[in-house]
Amino acid sequence: MSETQPEQNLPAEAAAPESQPVFARRAGMWSSGAGDTSGYGGLRRDLAMPGRSEGPFGEPHDSVLGRALEVIPALRDARVLFDRDELTIYVPREQLTDVARQFRDDAFLRFEVCVSVSGVHYPQETGSELHVVYHLLSYTHNRRVRLEVTCPEEDPHVPSVVATYPMVDYHERETWDMFGVIFDGHPSLTRILMPDDWKGHPQRKDYPLGGVDVEYKGAKVPAPDNRRSYS
Amino acid sequence: MGIEDKLPSGILLTTVEGVFGWLRKASFWPATMGLACCAIEMMAYGTPRYDAGRWGQEVFRASPRQADLMIVSGRVSQKMAPVIRQVYDQMPNPKWVISMGACASSGGMFNNYAIVQGCDHFLPVDMYIPGCPPRPDMLIDAMFKLREKVQHRPIGPNETAAIEDAERAALVAPAKVEMKGLMR
Amino acid sequence: MSTHAATEDVFSGADDVHADRVYLAQGGDWSDIASEQAERGDETIVVNMGPQHPSTHGVLRLILEMDGETVESIRPGIGFLHTGIEKNMEYKTWTQGVTYVTRMDYVAPLFNEAVYCLAVERLLGVTDDIPERASIIRVLVMELNRIASHLVAMGTGGMEIGALTVMTVAFREREMILDFLEGLSGLRMNHAYIRPGGVANDLPEDGLSHLRTVIDWLKKHLPEYATFCNENPIFIGRLSKVGVMDLTAATMLGMSGPPLRATGYDWDLRRTQPYCGYETYEFDTVTWDTNDAYGRFRIRLDECWESLKIVEQCYDRLQRTQGQPVMVDDPKIAWPAQLSLGPDGQGNSNEHIKHIMGESMEALIHHFKIVTEGFKVPVGQVYQAIESPKGELGCHVVSDGGTRPYRVHFRDPGFNHLQSIPAMCEGGMMSDVVVAIASLDPVLGGVDR
Repeated sequence: MSETQPEQNLPAEAAAPESQPVFARRAGMWSSGAGDTSGYGGLRRDLAMPGRSEGPFGEPHDSVLGRALEVIPALRDARVLFDRDELTIYVPREQLTDVARQFRDDAFLRFEVCVSVSGVHYPQETGSELHVVYHLLSYTHNRRVRLEVTCPEEDPHVPSVVATYPMVDYHERETWDMFGVIFDGHPSLTRILMPDDWKGHPQRKDYPLGGVDVEYKGAKVPAPDNRRSYS
Repeated sequence: MGIEDKLPSGILLTTVEGVFGWLRKASFWPATMGLACCAIEMMAYGTPRYDAGRWGQEVFRASPRQADLMIVSGRVSQKMAPVIRQVYDQMPNPKWVISMGACASSGGMFNNYAIVQGCDHFLPVDMYIPGCPPRPDMLIDAMFKLREKVQHRPIGPNETAAIEDAERAALVAPAKVEMKGLMR
Repeated sequence: MSTHAATEDVFSGADDVHADRVYLAQGGDWSDIASEQAERGDETIVVNMGPQHPSTHGVLRLILEMDGETVESIRPGIGFLHTGIEKNMEYKTWTQGVTYVTRMDYVAPLFNEAVYCLAVERLLGVTDDIPERASIIRVLVMELNRIASHLVAMGTGGMEIGALTVMTVAFREREMILDFLEGLSGLRMNHAYIRPGGVANDLPEDGLSHLRTVIDWLKKHLPEYATFCNENPIFIGRLSKVGVMDLTAATMLGMSGPPLRATGYDWDLRRTQPYCGYETYEFDTVTWDTNDAYGRFRIRLDECWESLKIVEQCYDRLQRTQGQPVMVDDPKIAWPAQLSLGPDGQGNSNEHIKHIMGESMEALIHHFKIVTEGFKVPVGQVYQAIESPKGELGCHVVSDGGTRPYRVHFRDPGFNHLQSIPAMCEGGMMSDVVVAIASLDPVLGGVDR
């Protein structure tokens, strides 16, 4: 959405060194599938996720980022985003175990718990379709940070951080179950929510919602993923 | 197997039917099949305000072998469906099933890969209760309607005849999809 | 040494099957026999506490490997209530997402709604524009729901160990709270009441007096639980030293809420990372120092009192802010319906219909667009966490700029806490498994989503 941009994010189409690629284009009033007879085809929206931000971001994020860069110099090239009052560090997957260990053990970072691991699937972002988002919480310093790791669909391997944060055991299993991200080093990466012999990874964008059309006395209401979309 | 199968149809059987029906409905114990939100309303149905003990139902039997009624309350996921069927198979005859709530009756608002679109896909249901979740008052109403059904259930040779009649009627009944026009 | 073991069963009959080893339990100490049997390393049996079980708090499957009465290993199996809520929400508008989200943790539905709406409001950037009265009502219904959820936890926990009266009285109190929530939102459970931008409608005319009745009722009846349970020797015997998780273990396994506060650490998100104006309310964080199930129970009971304190403060503030709006001002976000009882028993208020049909075309357009298409949320992602009665409830929302969520993921506290079942139960007795799980209070709807 080009009209509401937080100041610290670079616009998608500007001459910025690195911004997130546009992942969807919405044209006119009817944009997905159904024909546009409205005459409003001139309306175009380019959708791109916020890209990167340059500091300073204000406390406490600056001290987190500063200390992280001190302790893990390899993160200097990592993309950092500050949006909606939250700091996101895009960690390359090779560095994940080291980063997690340092974030937990270093006294000035001390992110004791990883509260949530969720997967997000961006099928348009070829080369890094599967994102795994780790939310860390520090009891000592009362602050949060987000680490985001990406991997391509053809090679969906991400190192597991169970050795550092034992509480992500179930979360990583769920991300494997729902998105197909294989966590290397996880003690028992099996299906947790779906039946054990289920095929496919349901929360990926190319997996159908799977509903049935509702029929009653001659009328048929299609399942939610087959209906016309007006936005 | 029991005495009721040996009795010939007639006045004696009708009287025995009445007695059996009354006995069954007065001591009608549900098996615990509380799945989701409807289970909380089912628990509220057993607690003092909507007291199910007034008609002998406050004992929710944990073991299906001791239960006559299964109240499927809550959304039935693909993983849970075989379990429910197994519990149903373990219940001795005569048994009844109430499908409580929109999710158990038809999949409810969850029209997706994970939810079976109605427990009647794998169970014979005697009473459907709409609602999300249905109030305990609605469950009481459904229970009373079901008790009427229980009271009038035929036994012995009458039951076999009734089952055959129902099957014959179902074979000639038009499918709901073909009853076009009125939505009601 | 082995005074008990023999190979000849002097009591067996002629046609009994020949046993490999026979233990004669006559005179002497049972623990001798048990330790001898343990030394021998007899086979353990695998027991399935299946998804259908009266005491597992929902459709939770536990696979136990038992050596006699001792649990050697235990593994929870979940997913029996997986509903695909998160994926289903990607096909519905943001406001419709509230009705989906509310059915995750169905014992405390307003918390799910609140965390989701707070996350969406952060994405929209309207967190500071939420009217004060809306925040007060949110706090009020959340705290009432906290009391209701703790009552269910105490009631079902009591029922699972055999104290059935606790369940009947707990549900009686809960009915009072549900009456008030029904008068407010129209539904006893799974109210889709907290919406992005505020709440769906204001209190009804008799809302404040009804709230006063509820407060007085709870004040009168909450002491009953303390009388029943706190000093009850059976209760203490069953709950003390069961499910022990000290602070190290709790931090390692990411516990939050009553299980974390039972270790003595006073981490409460309402205090440390406040939302909805919680920093302006006076209440204490309840902790206990025994790391066991008894501590968690006492915390839940005391938290009911703290929530009641907050509810009373909300009562005063609601009196002060009467007449103020309960939805954000922005007509492009605010849910347009002014729900009130019409002559046919349902529907919009006549003033609202008159306004959109007769007076303002823009209002009609906004009503139409917001209800059918929904509002658009700017691109980005947000993680919002609140303190639900079970622990830290988090919502990770990703928006692609459209009228539908791109990805919603809920971090349910029960999902996390179930990981600690092996740590709590292995080595203990099977009856302690039930108590330990009840003390964690998982709600399988939230666990499986």
